[in-house]
Amino acid sequence: MKFWIGIAVVFLAALGTALSGANEYFFYAGYVVLTFVVLATAWNILGGYAGYVNFGTGAFFGLGSYSAVVLFKALSAPLALQIVAAAAVGAALGFGVGIMTLRLRGIFFAIATVAILFIMETLMVNWRYVGGATGLQLLRPEVIAPFPSYTRMLFVVMAFLALLAIAIARYVQISWIGRGLRAIRDSEEAAECSGVPTLRLKLFACVVSGALMGAAGAPMPMYLSFVEPASSFSLNWGVSALAMPMIGGTAHWIGPVVGALLLGSIQQIVTVTISNEINVLVVGVLLVLFVVLAPDGIVGLFRKLVGRK
Amino acid sequence: MIFSFDLLFEAILFGILLGCFYAAVSIGLSVSFGLLDVPHVAHPAIMILGSYCTYVVAAWGLDPILSGVVLMPAFFVLGVLIYRFYYETFERRGSDAGVRGLAFFFGLAFIIEVGLILGFGVDQRTVHAPYIGSSLALGEYRIPYRMLVAFGVALVLTFALTLYLSKTFTGRAIKAVAQDEPALRLMGANPVRIKQWAFGIATGVSALAGAMLIIVGPVEPALDRLYIGRTFCVVVLAGLGSMTGTLAAGLILGVAESIVLMMLGASWAPAVAFGLLLVVLGIRPQGLFGR
Amino acid sequence: MSLLAVREVSKHFGGFTALAGVSIEIAEGERFGLIGPNGSGKTTLINCISGALRNESGQILFRGREIGGLPAYRRTRLGIARSFQIPRPFHTMSVLENLLVPSAYVAHLKEAEAEAEAMRILAVMGLADKAGALASRLSQVELRKLELARAMAARPRLLISDEAMAGLAGAEVDEVLKILFALNAQGITIIMIEHIMQAVMRFSQRVVCLDAGRIICEGTPAAIVQNPDVQRAYLGA
Repeated sequence: MKFWIGIAVVFLAALGTALSGANEYFFYAGYVVLTFVVLATAWNILGGYAGYVNFGTGAFFGLGSYSAVVLFKALSAPLALQIVAAAAVGAALGFGVGIMTLRLRGIFFAIATVAILFIMETLMVNWRYVGGATGLQLLRPEVIAPFPSYTRMLFVVMAFLALLAIAIARYVQISWIGRGLRAIRDSEEAAECSGVPTLRLKLFACVVSGALMGAAGAPMPMYLSFVEPASSFSLNWGVSALAMPMIGGTAHWIGPVVGALLLGSIQQIVTVTISNEINVLVVGVLLVLFVVLAPDGIVGLFRKLVGRK
Repeated sequence: MIFSFDLLFEAILFGILLGCFYAAVSIGLSVSFGLLDVPHVAHPAIMILGSYCTYVVAAWGLDPILSGVVLMPAFFVLGVLIYRFYYETFERRGSDAGVRGLAFFFGLAFIIEVGLILGFGVDQRTVHAPYIGSSLALGEYRIPYRMLVAFGVALVLTFALTLYLSKTFTGRAIKAVAQDEPALRLMGANPVRIKQWAFGIATGVSALAGAMLIIVGPVEPALDRLYIGRTFCVVVLAGLGSMTGTLAAGLILGVAESIVLMMLGASWAPAVAFGLLLVVLGIRPQGLFGR
Repeated sequence: MSLLAVREVSKHFGGFTALAGVSIEIAEGERFGLIGPNGSGKTTLINCISGALRNESGQILFRGREIGGLPAYRRTRLGIARSFQIPRPFHTMSVLENLLVPSAYVAHLKEAEAEAEAMRILAVMGLADKAGALASRLSQVELRKLELARAMAARPRLLISDEAMAGLAGAEVDEVLKILFALNAQGITIIMIEHIMQAVMRFSQRVVCLDAGRIICEGTPAAIVQNPDVQRAYLGA
């Protein structure tokens, strides 16, 4: 119960901030950080809980963006519908990739996600309807009252998605599904012999993860007023979505949130003050440092400090 | 879409040369991932590093292939260090090694890539040599000399490594450790040192592969992303642990890519390796000659 | 009708024949021993029965029903449980939590019931005081007992014990043997794979010896021990 009160409080805070007089830049940057909260949380459902690493987050995210663009262009669909459709497409992609490769060892799944990423990019590059390699400019619809700007509205939408992702991740973690996923991660063979339907659970995690990533991609074209394949399907989304949970901690739903808020904010600062390249370098270095020195992430370090278990 | 048998033949010819090249750049991965089971997604990045090192060494006037050969010992040492680090940090500890190992190499690949961007910028780099730029005329067809050079080096490299693994004592120890590590331990050999040596060789070979890469075409730091597809496609299609399979798989990929390039253009070519990889994973994950 | 019927089961790995037409019938409540030198196909046979591997030909019938095409988790739900030769605990979970997995997925028990049953099983195994300990911290013999405890939490009718006593000292072997006898007394059919001859002979009512993928002898423990083929298999080439 405390959890849901917390969720409600955070959402109301986000809403309140959006309607206040705060600096516009805060929402501009905040939207990106919140996007990472969704991506990191979604990644962790399959990567942290079940132990299957996804490098191709960009494929799901980008596909979500492009689904939204197609619906917007063809039907002038409202944002809510774009998001739902993007989630459905992400789920379908998760199912497809999963059915093909989740039977195999983890590294084959990881490589397959890279393959999907490039194939998606190639498909969009060659599809004139969405602008091919140069992409599309988009005109934002009228902003809905009472929001002072469209960006602020997107900020609140992404805050809602982030909280939704967190709620889903938490449910998976504490339910019997979560225990099954952990069993799979610890020893898939033993899990199967303990009655765990390993392929089904992995597929479930993959589908949920894909849906959330797709949903996160849907508002992006509106945010940028622009969409193009190279940045939508960049491998950079993958390294961030992976680094944030690994740095924050993969065992608990709060890990990806901590990692995303921290690393996401660092990224915003570094990109603006130094350069985008240094930004990627920072992510890479932090990832390697944590993977080597602090495998349980920040949450793990915190637990050790507080002295549990 | 233009189609003619002449163009098709030229595409196949080019594809064979390209395919041998792909086999050569993948053979390091065939050892490190195929035989040693290391999730080495940073293999293409190290190869690109080799390309840039070749660029630097060649700038002093040395022939690019020679530069690559000169770099091999240094890269061998680099490989040994990387494997040692990987083994001590991840394989030893056991738990979660899979996820962390993958994440480690992924991060390493990015660090190398950004390092190259910071050092050399995002622009493409090329090398110069007498055989780069001109072509051999064979009847109506023109075959670029640089492709022939790469083809030659690739064949030599592939056969040398295959012979090494099957004829020499250390080579066979490497294959043995891939198949039955406990047995090897019982015979008194130290599997970790053998694997370390093997990984070193695979990395040393990557230096030469990088040299060939920059001979065949211009390189840029982000090229490693594309080559993840090509190298893993070759290794998976070949079947883990098969060296001769690498050549066959490389040829298949080379010809397929070349034909797609001819028929559909450059905007579709990058997807061929990745698409082929997915097909293999979906239909026959053990590849052509898998163990 | 036998509980488990293996009929002409074969399995190849590339050019290597691991099992060549093996047939076994096991009655309900039986204590069955499976012996054979290393590489004879014992673990492969167990893997085919439990579902970790698929047999290429032949039939595997459990309570009269063909299970050869079912995935392993389904077979566990039907009542076949196994322990692993090299223990595979869920190492990030506590001993108790390890048992909650099969309780939830096979017995479909709710949290409170599952915990109670798990504690009961752990008591039988002598692991009750380790219930809250992390599985990765257990000793070898404790891990072996955890393997058996986890298999029991799946409420099996058939329990396959794969070299549960390998590498254990004398008193520890007796401990595990006592547990297996107790489980059999509860009505559970047990297949024991072991190299420790005195354990197999004390425990089994019937023994089968495998060599190079084939059955070379079948009978009572006394008969098996005196069989020249068996002696040759173990001491010969």
